[in-house]
Formats: sequence, C-alpha cells, structure tokens
Amino acid sequence: MTTLTTDRPVTALARPGPGRRPRRRSRHGLAALVFLLPTLVVFTYFGWWPILRGVVLSVQETNLVSDPRWVGLDNFRTLLADPLLWTAVRNTAWFALLALLFGFPAPILLAVVMSELRRLGGLFRVLVYLPVVVPPVVAVLLWKWFYDPGNGLFNEVLGLIGLGPYPWLQSTSSAMPSLVLEATWAGAGGTVLIYLAALTSVPSELYEAAETDGASVWRRLWHVTLPQLRGVLLLMLLLQVIGTLQVFTEPFVLTDGGPADSTVTILLLIYRYAFVYGDYGLATALSVLLAVVLGVLSAIYLRLTRSWSTT
Amino acid sequence: MTTSDTARGLLSTHDRRGLRIRGIFVPVQVLLFVAVALAGLVPLLWMAKGAISPTQELLREPLRLWPSDPQWTVLSDAWSRLRIGHYLFNTVVLVGGSWLVQLIVAATGAFALSILRPWYGRYVEAAVLATLFVPGTVSLIALYLTILDLPVTGGSIANTPLAIWLPAGANAFNFLIMKRFFDAIPRELFEAAEVDGAGPWRLFVQIMLPMSRPIIAVVSLLSVMSAWKEFLWPLVAISDAERQPLAVALPRLAESSELNQLIAGMLIATVPPLLLFLVFQRHIIRGVGGFAGVKG
Repeated sequence: MTTLTTDRPVTALARPGPGRRPRRRSRHGLAALVFLLPTLVVFTYFGWWPILRGVVLSVQETNLVSDPRWVGLDNFRTLLADPLLWTAVRNTAWFALLALLFGFPAPILLAVVMSELRRLGGLFRVLVYLPVVVPPVVAVLLWKWFYDPGNGLFNEVLGLIGLGPYPWLQSTSSAMPSLVLEATWAGAGGTVLIYLAALTSVPSELYEAAETDGASVWRRLWHVTLPQLRGVLLLMLLLQVIGTLQVFTEPFVLTDGGPADSTVTILLLIYRYAFVYGDYGLATALSVLLAVVLGVLSAIYLRLTRSWSTT
Repeated sequence: MTTSDTARGLLSTHDRRGLRIRGIFVPVQVLLFVAVALAGLVPLLWMAKGAISPTQELLREPLRLWPSDPQWTVLSDAWSRLRIGHYLFNTVVLVGGSWLVQLIVAATGAFALSILRPWYGRYVEAAVLATLFVPGTVSLIALYLTILDLPVTGGSIANTPLAIWLPAGANAFNFLIMKRFFDAIPRELFEAAEVDGAGPWRLFVQIMLPMSRPIIAVVSLLSVMSAWKEFLWPLVAISDAERQPLAVALPRLAESSELNQLIAGMLIATVPPLLLFLVFQRHIIRGVGGFAGVKG
C-alpha cells in the first residue's frame, strides 16, 4: 500500500496529462457533483431503480393492496403454465418474422435504386420519411379506417378491380399480416435514409475497379454494394428484431389482441397482467424474461456500433 | 453528402447509356418513386379530405376524391366538441417539459463528465450506458410502481406532468451524443479560460453552451419528435382522462365520436410534427442518416 502511494507522483510527473488530475479534482470536486446532480437523480429514480425493482418484483406477489410477499419463482411457474404466454410468444415471433419478410428487403431495394437518382433525390428522401413523421397512434387509427370492411379505402379500391372484400383485421389468419403491413409502412422510411447515407460511403474506386474487370451491374451490386453495406444491414436487422419484439400500439389499438387472441403480443400480455388483472408480479416476471432476450440483442448491437465507429 | 456527377455510385456513365439500364433500371426507378410518393402522400391527403367531409358522405361514397361541400367547421367542431384543443395543450405541456428536462440533464451531465472529469466519472458513465441494454418497455411496470410511490421521498407523481417529464430525462442516448460532442471540443479552450479565472459555471454558460448550439439543436429535434410520438408510457402514467395527451385520448375518442371529427382530430395531431419535419428536413434527414455510427 505504502509503495503504491509513494509511487504515484513519479508516474504523474512522467505523464503530464493525468498528473494534473489530483489538482483538478480538488478544485472541481463540488462543482462536478452539482453538475452531475440532475443526471444522478433522474437516472437513480427512473433508470436504475426501476430496473432493480423489476427484478425484485418478479419474485414477489404484489397487488398494491396487501404488502408484497416473497414467492420465489412462483411467478415464473405460473407464467410458463399460462397457455396465453405461448400464444403471445408465437404471435410475437410471427410478427417479427413477417416484419422481416415485408420490411427488411424493401428498404434495401429502395435505397440501392434511389441512390442512383440524378435529380429529385432530396424530394425522395422527404417523401419516404413522411409516414415516420405521423404519430404512431394517428397512423394506426388511419389504417384502421382504411381496413374497415364496410367502407374502408382498401376494400373499395380492390373492389374496383374485382378483388375482395377482404376481412383484414377480422380474421385470425389475416389480422397479423395486416398489423405488419401498417407497421412496415410506418417504419421503413428511417431505414431507407440510413441505407442511403451508408451507400454514399461506398468508395467509388471499388465500382470502377469491378467495372474495369468486366463485372456487370448485377455482379457489382452483389459483390461490391451489398458486402460494403454488410455492417449496416446487420445493425438494422438487429434493431428491427429488438423493435418488433416490443410491438404494442398496433395490436392494442387495431385489434386489442383479437380476433381469438391471434394478435396478443408479449407486451400486450404484460400490459394485461398488470393493468387488467392487477398482477404486477406476473407482469414483471414476463418483463424480466423479455429483458434477458432484448439485453443480449442490445449488447450485440452496441458491440457492433462501437467497433464500427472506432475503425 | 449527395451523389454529385463527379462521385459515381453503382452505375457509371457508360452504364447509363446502355440499353438494359435505360430499358429496365430507369422504369423500375420511376415505378418505385411513384409508389413511395403514393405511400407517403395518399394517406395524409386522404386524412385531410376526411377531416373536411360530412360523415354521411365518407360512409356512402368512400372513394370520393374531394367532398361535394367542404366543411371547414368540422375542424372547429373537433377542436371544441371533442376537446382536441384541450388534449393538444396537454401534449404541448408534456412535450415541452420532456424536452427541457432532457436537455438540462444531458447538457449538465455530459459537461461534468467530459470537462470537469471527477474521479468517479467513468463509473457514472458506465451506469448510464448500462440502461441502454434495458429498453424502456421492459421496466415499464416497475417504473409505474415507482411513480406511484417514489423511493426515499415518498409520494406519487402519477397523473401529473412530472410522471412524463422526469423519466424522459433518463435518456442514455442523449447523454451519449452530447458527451461525444463535448469530448471533441479542444480542451485548451477551457484551460485558457480557467487561467483567466473562470469557474465551472462560467465555463458552462459562456463557453460550453454557445459552442454546443448544433448538438443542442439535434437533441432538441430528436426529443421533441419522439416525445410527440409517445403512447404507451403516457397511457400508463396518466390515467386521468382530463390530463391525457392527444395521442392517448384519440383511441378513446375513436369509440364514441363522429368519423369526420375524429379524423379532424388525427389531422390536428399530425400537423405540428409534420411542420417541424418540413422546416428542419435537412437536419432531420441528415441526423437519421448519420444514426448508428454510419458515415453520412
């Protein structure tokens, strides 16, 4: 211990940067704390504490009336025995899969084709981002009106060419795809803008070299463009999965989980456990399980963004 | 930023002259452009049309392109009868406060860790970044129970604007981009000011704030646009119908009100973020494109 403390000033003299630190600390100690106060208070109350509390709640029985009681893993047992949980997991996975099928290739195609626009590129960017600007609740209500089986825009337009009428939200098989269609419309614009920005950083020398070697447009797209976008594509894939696993507004407002529970998602189930049945223990137990899955995915995401922003 | 004539992309000038590009690629481009324009504009225009049409006409002739007799009074009816104005005011209060809290927390916290650098700074930063791993929806229930009965101080802030404002401040993303910006400011600037006898407060007000105008603008745009979109948290935190923001009130109103008035309310909820986007489109589009550490 003593050798360590006597050793410090010597190394400090050798490196002027950190050597100033002790003086700085004594001068700014109080000020730093004052400036950090808003961060510490807000994050303690509304960031760190709820996360810890959530873990604790998941092993308690809480109904806000009687005192919380420790129940160990009972909540998790009840949860895993609830058939609705597995319905919700299946539905959420189905939503995520459909969202990938609808929403992953389309922005790539749009960005690749539109980055070759010589004019109107700015207008395209505004148009493609317009749906993202509409508040989600408004977008969902708007689509609910369009999906209306009686006089909705979609059935009327399709009726003109002799198709339909389709039950969109009213049938167990088409309700989920209808939700995904709305969510894709509402969310794709941001992804297109990110791909467009990424495409401008593909070095043009690569295209020139490939062209000199006689590579056709398709081969250049396949062997130059897509490999260069690999990193961004993977990031967007992860972000999309993280987002779709938390889908709530669409099933809550469009279908309220119906028909016949075909659109009950994990977050909708958490909401019901807590605010319909008043079983906060069960709701947080499911939150903890979801947190583990999302935490792993976010950790991968952060790792990737970090390694790419430093290189 | 944009592809100019000198910087080429996938296609070369030679390609553009080729028959297959002119015959296939360009038509595909036009087709996709029209599709995107339709997808972006038609729902908005259809909403605008619905907001000035009589409900009977919307039900009887859904495909009518323009109302036979545009009724601008629908908008004022929605404003007063559905009390859209009242809910819009609630939204503005909630969004404004969230914006202010986010800005204060991010600016002071990032300043403390980036410039004042207390010895425990790295632990605080690590703890802040750790919250990125837990999405807000996951700690929703625990956060709700927290605002019902605050730890240490006690008391409930549910059903008050504080329930929206304060949790909005716990935003690690704002903190991160703010700190990254502050870290890039030359330290000599602060050291010179300190030699001249400036204290931490003057460093913050006279050097930091003026220099960080661009990042304050970015954080402001992001926080206002995202606060306007909030739905789940206000739904949970503000159960009193009187105090709910427009986004939470609309689905409730949808069940009992006339179709054209509801659509007018939806239009009113869309106009502010739409105007904000159209005015600041360059910044927003560049900000979104530069997101995720991608070079834009």
